[in-house]
Amino acid sequence: MTAGVGAVTTTDWEMVVGLEVHCELATATKLFCGCRNAFGDEPNTNVCPVCLGLPGSLPVLNRHAVELAMRVGLALHCRVEPSLFHRKNYFYPDMPKDYQVSQYDQPLNVGGWLDLPDGSRVGVTRAHMEEDTGKTTHVGGGGGRIHGADHSLVDYNRAGVPLVEIVSEPDIRSADQAKAYVNELRAILVAIGASDARMEEGSLRIDANVSMRRSGAEAFGTRAEIKNLNSVRSLGRALDYEVRRQVERLEAGEAIVQETRHWNEDEGRTSSMRSKEEAYDYRYFPEPDLVPLAPSDEWLAEVWAALPVLPADRRVALAEAAGVPPNDPAVGTVVHQRLDDLVVAAIEAGAEGRLALNRAANELAHRAAPDPRSFAKVLRMEGDGRLTATQAKAVLAELVSSGGDPEDIARAKGFEALEGDVVAAAVDAAIAGHPGEWERYAGGEAKLAGFFVGKVMAATSGKADGKAVTALLRERLSG
Amino acid sequence: MGAVDLARQVRTGARTARDVVEEHLAAIDDRESDLHAFNLVLAEEARAAADEVDRRVAAGDDPGPLAGVPVALKDNFCTRGIPTTCSSRILEGWRPPYDATVVTRLREAGAVVVGKTNMDEFAMGSSTENSAFGPTRNPHDPTRVPGGSSGGSAAAVAAGFAALALGSDTGGSIRQPAALCGVVGVKPTYGVVSRYGLVAFASSLDQIGPFATDVADAALALEVIAGHDRADSTSIPHASPSFADVVLQGVDGLRIGVIRELVEGVDPDVGTRLAEAAGALEAAGAKVDEASVPTTTLGLSAYYVLATAEASSNLARYDGVRYGLRVDGDDITAMYGATRAAGFGAEVKRRIMLGTYALSAGYYDAYYGQAQRARTLILRDFEAAYASYDLLLAPTTPTTAFELGAKTADPLTMYLSDVCTIPSNLTGHPAISVPYGRGDDGLPIGVQLLAPALGESTMFRAAAALERSLR
Repeated sequence: MTAGVGAVTTTDWEMVVGLEVHCELATATKLFCGCRNAFGDEPNTNVCPVCLGLPGSLPVLNRHAVELAMRVGLALHCRVEPSLFHRKNYFYPDMPKDYQVSQYDQPLNVGGWLDLPDGSRVGVTRAHMEEDTGKTTHVGGGGGRIHGADHSLVDYNRAGVPLVEIVSEPDIRSADQAKAYVNELRAILVAIGASDARMEEGSLRIDANVSMRRSGAEAFGTRAEIKNLNSVRSLGRALDYEVRRQVERLEAGEAIVQETRHWNEDEGRTSSMRSKEEAYDYRYFPEPDLVPLAPSDEWLAEVWAALPVLPADRRVALAEAAGVPPNDPAVGTVVHQRLDDLVVAAIEAGAEGRLALNRAANELAHRAAPDPRSFAKVLRMEGDGRLTATQAKAVLAELVSSGGDPEDIARAKGFEALEGDVVAAAVDAAIAGHPGEWERYAGGEAKLAGFFVGKVMAATSGKADGKAVTALLRERLSG
Repeated sequence: MGAVDLARQVRTGARTARDVVEEHLAAIDDRESDLHAFNLVLAEEARAAADEVDRRVAAGDDPGPLAGVPVALKDNFCTRGIPTTCSSRILEGWRPPYDATVVTRLREAGAVVVGKTNMDEFAMGSSTENSAFGPTRNPHDPTRVPGGSSGGSAAAVAAGFAALALGSDTGGSIRQPAALCGVVGVKPTYGVVSRYGLVAFASSLDQIGPFATDVADAALALEVIAGHDRADSTSIPHASPSFADVVLQGVDGLRIGVIRELVEGVDPDVGTRLAEAAGALEAAGAKVDEASVPTTTLGLSAYYVLATAEASSNLARYDGVRYGLRVDGDDITAMYGATRAAGFGAEVKRRIMLGTYALSAGYYDAYYGQAQRARTLILRDFEAAYASYDLLLAPTTPTTAFELGAKTADPLTMYLSDVCTIPSNLTGHPAISVPYGRGDDGLPIGVQLLAPALGESTMFRAAAALERSLR
């Protein structure tokens, strides 16, 4: 790490980060009642006595939420264990019962890990189930915080939405690794259908525990917990800020205070919310309104069998098919865009691996995928020199937007490749027509190659392959 | 006349439900102002419900097993559109948008709800003196308490305001007032009756049960309200049991043990009636001897840790944000404080503080953890006893009804009224209090039969035998 502020250097320090990621599960209904689990509806329309915590109401656990939580656990290589719900007691207006039903010392999923595209592994301590709170909007004064606000509005549509909280081990050593962890986790959550993982809608929320220690030291330093990280970018910025803040203090001989800090996106800094001494005493105790949750072996086996192939395994398979290393950036992009099946099919249909990867990563990302046979055909035409790179990209674009046969598209665009002698004739004509320039080119003025390529292109209406023209020019020089 | 007979008359058309309800409303008119059994009398709703039953009878439709039977509901059962206060200022004016499962089942069975009964605030108390709306008085002697916390329901049945009433029993809140008011009171096995819509005091201990003038009525009422409910995760998934037909089966051959530890320390007249009850059961063919359940005396301490711990969490939601009382403050914390200070009575505050302390970091294991371990010991002890006995017999209360104000100054003395009833809540097992004679002061005395989990049928058989022995 080399980031520095003034006299402070961080090269002597190592950053230690653990992340807590809250993920809303993509169930049709809430965790303990039949209300719709939906983002963006009219406030307080998806509510009932249970999720409003009305007197006398009782929770009934949503089976599908448990199933999605088990998928998360299995995808993160956790053990799925008999678990228990507890009550976490504290007062806040967005929490209808003034306690949150959560898992405490007996979580559903324990002891897993997550492999990142760069080959590093981050331990997963646990992934437990809990209910989400409502959403509070503080109006007037207070800068959006409850204290100092004129009044507050609460929307309980989100209250009782099922969450899984995924807690990592303190294995992360850089802001980039933290961002990669979240990106990979999102890819997994989407791949297994557990969540839409949309950070902008709050379906994925991150808290970061950050501490610093001397490079080579074993013991962890005192940590700060950073809240309100609403994007991967915020996470990176907040960690960079926090490293500088902590190192500055440490190098000045001051201690780090164990506390919760709030990330302010506009100011680009964290500020203290509450210290350890002011921390809530949540008075956890087993939730008496629910029975213990112990998924049967049969159920677990069913969930396991239905689990799709995970991104890390897809990357390995794709890299192998394309003949490139698994940490190749194009491999990551193609798997992230879920284009790996297409690329593998194209390779099997005769396309060259590297070309298929690059064209998919650069030309097909965020677009509708073409059918694999047509994709392979375009790549083969390009590989055979029948299409130039530019032409191949144009054919692909047309294929994606309108479909059709690549040969027909190429023909319709007038891309039918020129016979070699036509290009050669055009090259010879260009040389003959511009003897002065040719002499300078032959004399070592290499940039004049572009001049001749341009002349040939003009003469062939752009149908000649630039690379082939350059090669012919070199031939004429040496010949 | 009891519920079984009233329902028979209404079902056969011998009498209209309207006539039955008018008779009970007249009794309410006559004595309610002296007793204050109700927080709310639902005269018009009751007449309308009775008329509907009569229409069904006239049309030849089945009006249900409790057709036209007037029922009183403790004011901690949610009733759609009808105020539900738990006798607390903090819920004054709140109208639930839904009916408790038991209320739905009663209505479907043709019962006619006549009112919401007074109680100790949030069911915390043993005398109904902890009501924000004033105490209920014992129909047998208005200078005495009816017991609690379901004192209004017990008094309503004892005074003939309703043929049946429902209460909730967390540490004896059905059985103790039943004993003091001279009626039958049942606490079923935990999970037999759905708690959905019962405003929670201590979720792992709360159970709903009936008050009735005799055992057969209580059995019929329990049959109606029992049965699995998906809305309550702790509801036992089994078919609705049938109790009404067991009461005539007798006790021949049943092994019944009198719990030695609970006989010690009760008033002499209570001990005498208990001995007479044991003799009557023996005379009816049961084999009765003395049983020992040594850990039962740990119950009171364990109970006051567990019940208050759960209550401190259950009552957190009364914060002024969403419903009920709100007292404004400068900020949210001040609003919470002002609302709860004004809304809760002294006993509720005392228990919230006790429970909050018991769950606090650093104290959890010494209090809550220890109490859970005691609960496990007590359960094992009772299960061991049931290896030798079909039923256990014990006093319901150590004394007859005490005078209003006699114990309000000393909460610990008040808590001791529940020493005989608390063990069944900790074990989750069923128990029934049956009137068995009177004390030297002329006031009713109850005896208690305890049964193992789902042992209600055996319990009703013995209770009915006791009842017959007095005729």
